[in-house]
Amino acid sequence: MGPSKKELPRLVEALPAFPPSVCRILKLTSDINCPPREIVRVLDQDPPLARQLLRLINSPHCGLAEPVQSIRQAVVIVGINTIKNLALTVAPIEMLGRDSDRTPFLEGQLSHAFAVGLIARQLARRLGLPERETSDFFIAGLLHDYGKIVLHRLFPTRHNKALALAIKKQLPLHKAERELFKLDHLGVGALLAEKWGLSPHCARAMGGHHLPDDPDSDSPLPDCVHAANIIAKTVGLGVSGNPRTKTALPESVARRLGGTLTELTGSLGEIPAEMHKVQLFLNAWNATPADSA
Amino acid sequence: MKIKFWGVRGSIATPGPTTLRHGGNTTCIEVRTDANALIILDAGTGMHPLALSLFPELPITAHLFITHTHWDHIQGLPFFIPNFIPGNSLKIFGAFDPIAQRDIREVLTGQLQYCYFPVREAELKARIEYHTLRERQTVQVADATVTNLLMNHPVLNYGYRIDCNGKSVVFTGDHEHLTNIYEPEDPEYAEYAEYIEQRNQAIVAFMRGVDVLIADTSYLVSDYPAKKGWGHGTFDGNIALARQAGVKRLYFTHHEPTRADDALERVCQEALARHPFEAGDPECLLTREGLTVEI
Ligand SMILES: [Zn+2]
Ligand SMILES: [Zn+2]
Repeated sequence: MGPSKKELPRLVEALPAFPPSVCRILKLTSDINCPPREIVRVLDQDPPLARQLLRLINSPHCGLAEPVQSIRQAVVIVGINTIKNLALTVAPIEMLGRDSDRTPFLEGQLSHAFAVGLIARQLARRLGLPERETSDFFIAGLLHDYGKIVLHRLFPTRHNKALALAIKKQLPLHKAERELFKLDHLGVGALLAEKWGLSPHCARAMGGHHLPDDPDSDSPLPDCVHAANIIAKTVGLGVSGNPRTKTALPESVARRLGGTLTELTGSLGEIPAEMHKVQLFLNAWNATPADSA
Repeated sequence: MKIKFWGVRGSIATPGPTTLRHGGNTTCIEVRTDANALIILDAGTGMHPLALSLFPELPITAHLFITHTHWDHIQGLPFFIPNFIPGNSLKIFGAFDPIAQRDIREVLTGQLQYCYFPVREAELKARIEYHTLRERQTVQVADATVTNLLMNHPVLNYGYRIDCNGKSVVFTGDHEHLTNIYEPEDPEYAEYAEYIEQRNQAIVAFMRGVDVLIADTSYLVSDYPAKKGWGHGTFDGNIALARQAGVKRLYFTHHEPTRADDALERVCQEALARHPFEAGDPECLLTREGLTVEI
């Protein structure tokens, strides 16, 4: 059952609630003097995230003599810096993977989203934006394909058909989705952005990242996410489920970002290492039984 | 047991005329068990002069216990010359890094990447083993046992305790006493205080009655408010801890890099004057490079 126009309200109803922890953790940790209790407070209000953190800390790798039972106890034993740094990686993974059974598609999505978030933020830094503004780029990159994840979760069979169709006919995924759903992941992304009350720039990144050119846009955010998406696919970070990869940036985007695809790809810095780390986290996750926290 | 200090400076090596008496090398402590087995605590720049002193004994088997992998505790490792000579053996022990999801081998071999150092790990001639330790895991080294406890630092930091024929020494590595992250009026304050109390008991039990406690004493109580959360201890905090644990002798180490010898000796005297000696109190001393202690 795919959503038709009259099913839209029901779809919006079924959309996940916005998980705000990632934004709050990014904002808090961008200030080196942030009081530790503020970070713990965010985790207190997000039990699934706290559970994931405790799972990692209590994993056999970490080797604690006695398991910790709560985030507060964990802060005493392993320190606030360890908790804070773990949360920075775990919160985005948790946000994308929440409530989901991991399928290979979703796992690929997760690492793709992470890569696009990291690259979009890097592009923002490259443009000289102040650090406190760059976390929005990370979030927008992280969410740019969230519509795809939602479609896949709500209608797994039909979405798998769309994925297969895209490969068979070498179509962009949103076109294949439209053949089966009347609505593509961009449309779902736009609905999500509206439901969550995200900024117009973020909404554009989620609802229009395949069509970057918008003369009205006064923010480089849609450009950065659009370029990050292409760069991630070019360098093979994560799997987007889209068979077609562009080999160049639109000329206008390259001009506004001040570099060609090759030049921007050459300035990724620590991102491949960071992605390697994300993969290690996903492995650690899958290796730990879900109820061990 | 015999203890020799090869590096006592914190954070960064500080050679120069103002640090001649206490020394400028970063943390490295040699411990010899009664059977003369070689244990090394941390691999700061002091590890280089230690390596030179080992030449008459080659080939050697060294047991290196790393408290944590901040620069000042590992920078001497690539310069441990026995690593380049066949027949020597180095066993390295340390904690897992949960933030990077890497074990001690992965963290340390990162230091031997070609862009940082001209010799790759695969090119080292000695036999090198890595052991990622669980908390409180005991390692037998000849006639000594070495165990550990997580202390409080921005990264996981093991304090180590060595016991040998009834004598004992604890080295904290880098450690800041625990403080409540809540204000007394916060509802979470009491629960957090309870966790701190439990942890302090574990730390005190870990060092209960040891002959020698070697403790990170980077700061003065007057420095501390500006440096809270950086993961280092104070003179006053360590005196209190050593008293509570019934330690026989306390060595202050990890000296602040900007503290010249004269100033270091003065602030130590002032701290001791704030806590007049009472019967049963630990003897309190400053470490210096080259100092040898027999227990
Ligand atoms: Zn240190
Ligand atoms: Zn340190």
